[in-house]
Amino acid sequence: MQRKRVSYAKWGYIFAAPFMIAFLVFTLYPLITTLIYGFTNYKGMNPPPLEILDEPFKMYKTVLTDKVFLPALKNTFVIWGVNFIPQILLALVLAVWFTSTRRKIKGQGFFKVVLYMPNIITAATIAILFRALFQYPKGPVNDLLMSWGVIESAFDFSVSGTAARCIVAFIQFWQWYGYTMIVLISGILGISPELFEAAEIDGATGFQQFWYVTLPNLKSIMLFTLVTSMIGGLNMFDIPRLYLNGGPNNATKTAALYIYEQAFGNSYRYNRASAASMIMFIIIAILAALVFYMLRDKDEAKLNKIIRQQEKEYKRKMKEQKLQGGGN
Amino acid sequence: MRHGIRAKIGTTGIYIVCIFLALLSIFPFYIMIVNATRSTYEIQSTAISLIPSTHIIDNWGVFDGKKFDPIKGFLHSMLVSTGATILAVYFSTLTAYAVVVYDWKLKNAFFTFVMCVLMIPAQLTTIGFYKMMYSWGWVNSFAPLIIPAIAAPSMVFFMRQYMIPALSLEIVQSARIDGAGEFYIFNRIAMPIMKPAIATQAIFTFVNSWNQLFMPLILLRQDKYTMPCMVSLLNNDFYKTEYGAVYLGLFLTVLPLFVVYFALSKYIIAGVALGSVKG
Repeated sequence: MQRKRVSYAKWGYIFAAPFMIAFLVFTLYPLITTLIYGFTNYKGMNPPPLEILDEPFKMYKTVLTDKVFLPALKNTFVIWGVNFIPQILLALVLAVWFTSTRRKIKGQGFFKVVLYMPNIITAATIAILFRALFQYPKGPVNDLLMSWGVIESAFDFSVSGTAARCIVAFIQFWQWYGYTMIVLISGILGISPELFEAAEIDGATGFQQFWYVTLPNLKSIMLFTLVTSMIGGLNMFDIPRLYLNGGPNNATKTAALYIYEQAFGNSYRYNRASAASMIMFIIIAILAALVFYMLRDKDEAKLNKIIRQQEKEYKRKMKEQKLQGGGN
Repeated sequence: MRHGIRAKIGTTGIYIVCIFLALLSIFPFYIMIVNATRSTYEIQSTAISLIPSTHIIDNWGVFDGKKFDPIKGFLHSMLVSTGATILAVYFSTLTAYAVVVYDWKLKNAFFTFVMCVLMIPAQLTTIGFYKMMYSWGWVNSFAPLIIPAIAAPSMVFFMRQYMIPALSLEIVQSARIDGAGEFYIFNRIAMPIMKPAIATQAIFTFVNSWNQLFMPLILLRQDKYTMPCMVSLLNNDFYKTEYGAVYLGLFLTVLPLFVVYFALSKYIIAGVALGSVKG
């Protein structure tokens, strides 16, 4: 005798509905309209009725050939790279030091709290703070460098494109290496201690342990850090905007800043900004997919496949049993 | 013996590097705080001082009648961040609950979808979003900064990871036998179990929302500015000659964050470590 069971499936739909509705309305719909606007005549303070342009890809062509977008894209990558490479290296070194069982570094709690601190402070504030610190001719950094004898007379950091780019990259680095360090520490602590013990027994040096045990086991976490940092970096806006507003001479103009200026900086070129947004979207999607593909664990992928097959098999068997049970 | 000495020197070197980095983190903020109390004249004669001065009230006076209003910015940011945090935390837990507890046909498809959209940066949909808000008449209101928080894919992911081991389906089942309704079970049984995860996610969402500049700058006019938008006003030409006031303004905008951070730093650091394990 089988009692009729209540199905709770509908509650799954009910509970997931607010998320789904909010996502469709506030993310998916704007994404689709942004895509469409890139092909239209949508611009000006009082935009004309929407029409697809005779030459639909005109805005894309304009964006890709204008004098600002591609250099801005290049700046974005350069600034991100100059910040990310030292960031991940320093974070890795610190993470290895802090987790070393031989050295037992004291005061880790304090160091973690202090090194992570810049990360939670408003980027907008930090940008303007650094602007004040690098003030010319009298500013804290200039004073410091002069009193140490590094430079003879005050240096105007705001007119040199290279200096401006380096400072923006430095701020990014300074805000994020603490975060990356904590992420990597938790990654290292997640590696089975037996692996390290075995390496020790085999007489591996500290560096060999790092190279053959720590690093390979951190792969997926480093990948996660890389992808999230890259996506964040490609959307970099607050710091370049408030540090020198993209200057000098567009040296710190990023793609996000370009999009903002096209649409909201009194030029009302919504169609052009939409096209640029979509170009960024494509770049981010490709890079994310590529990095995931390159660094995905092949064994893991195989294992997942086997598990999925087994699950299917199991479900099929259950179904058969149920059918047989129903027959009795 | 020799090995021991070398290791000791190495360890000392590590402490030196760590202390240097710690100073690098603290120093800019220290200068900011000290200079907030110094007059523009003092700052111009020596930009770095380790000793505070007495001009904090004068510097505050500079803001009088200006658009930069840290108290207003604080209240606006409070409203936006609190609203967004409550919505994000409640609805993400609810969505995770739907995936963990119930068996529905589209469940796996839905979760795969959540994973795929995890990385769409909101910034890229801005033009469409702005146009929609404009046609709804939601420009210059806080709603567009709060309500979209209902859909937070990465938090759904996190909550699901936490919920699977934490919430046993037997508890849910026995509550049902006792005659509890589904919403009741979620609110009274699942939510309390999820408290630790909710707390960490709440801190991060709050800080994140508090620090947002892009969207508020696009959607809000000066009378509705949040804290980061207020900060951007300090870039104004007027403040080019008011160094002390700029430092004070910056200090006031980060003060709430300092308070939150030093009160909760232990949980925040643990939360960063926890959040990363998902990767």
